[in-house]
Amino acid sequence: METFEFKFGPWSKQSKLSNKKPIIVGVVGSGNLEVLVEEVDLNGGTKFYLETSIDGFEKTWQAVLADFAEQERFANTIITINDGGATPAVVQLRLAQAAQQWKETP
Amino acid sequence: MRLENISGLYESSARERISLILDAATFQEILPPFKRISSPHLKTLGMPIAFDDGIVIGVGLFEGKKVFCAAQEPGFMGGSVGEVHGAKLTGLLERAAIEKPAAVILILDTGGVRLHEANAGLIAISEIQRALFKARSMGVVVIALSAGSNGVYGGIGIVARCCDYVLITEQGRLSVSGPEVIESQKGVEEFDARDKALVWRTMGGKHRYLQNEAQAYTKDSIKNIRATIAAYFGKPVPLSLEELLRQHKSLGQRLEKFSDCADALDIWTKMGIQNPDQIPSLDDESFITIANRVRDHD
Repeated sequence: METFEFKFGPWSKQSKLSNKKPIIVGVVGSGNLEVLVEEVDLNGGTKFYLETSIDGFEKTWQAVLADFAEQERFANTIITINDGGATPAVVQLRLAQAAQQWKETP
Repeated sequence: MRLENISGLYESSARERISLILDAATFQEILPPFKRISSPHLKTLGMPIAFDDGIVIGVGLFEGKKVFCAAQEPGFMGGSVGEVHGAKLTGLLERAAIEKPAAVILILDTGGVRLHEANAGLIAISEIQRALFKARSMGVVVIALSAGSNGVYGGIGIVARCCDYVLITEQGRLSVSGPEVIESQKGVEEFDARDKALVWRTMGGKHRYLQNEAQAYTKDSIKNIRATIAAYFGKPVPLSLEELLRQHKSLGQRLEKFSDCADALDIWTKMGIQNPDQIPSLDDESFITIANRVRDHD
């Protein structure tokens, strides 16, 4: 097991919260992961908190998550991931699914 | 949540299943993922956790009536029952005994107790049973569904049969020991777990319905499953000594009648089914017609 924390941004100076309800996508299974997205005051940045069952992939995670954060620029958002050994491609698909749902959340 | 391209329950997740079974957008989850009530044991074993410990519980509406609902997540450790997972189910049933909703719907999909936290899981099973009977004794109808890929096995197999009604699909399975467990304990001559046809005609939906271990059999479609559930509202099975004695008697008769049968095919023949070998390949409608002709109705 390994645990990582990554911070990206800030994307905006604004730290006003909109009371969005948290969303969750995915399932912690073999080669799969769950992604919980919540609104928290982070001075306009995105934060990832990650637990993975597979050791030794910190660089890969950082690359995939930095790419996602830069693309979506979710301000004041904490994304917590429980990973059951998903490949980077599966991680990207789940993140895309989470991003889509997060944007649709009022 | 988006629900796209879903026709039945078999391949959907716990959250999708609840959204599909209950009235649209009425579900309110108790202890949702962001509360982070997850297994205290898995972390110490270096195993990944799930925010909801593999079970979703909460309150919603079914045809406008208040119901409690729980769904086990098939993808997280085989839907297995850990300490927190079990406690959530127990809590929901205890609350049902107090609030008396129109029904409790349990969407089960599990191999049974989670071996990584086996003692806590086994205690949880007994607590679930006690809470279940408490809810039933207050007149709350408890309906179990077996329509998922893991089947309903182990302690939860027993829990399912403690409910008022079990609803099963062709893909659903219901038993205590799973195929691999029987094979490893009794040998491959006794039970070949790789023989899927054998597994399904012994523990699968069709056989369980024919035996009345499942009181309803439906096609795996949301419309059919909802209609079947709706029919049980307001019809709790009495929880009395007479009912228990009646069930014991009927089990005794079943044992006597079928004790010389080595395979489900022999049982089906004895039940008066003309072409028993065709049962597994029948479509749902033809099967239900034949089954209802030979089944002992309760």
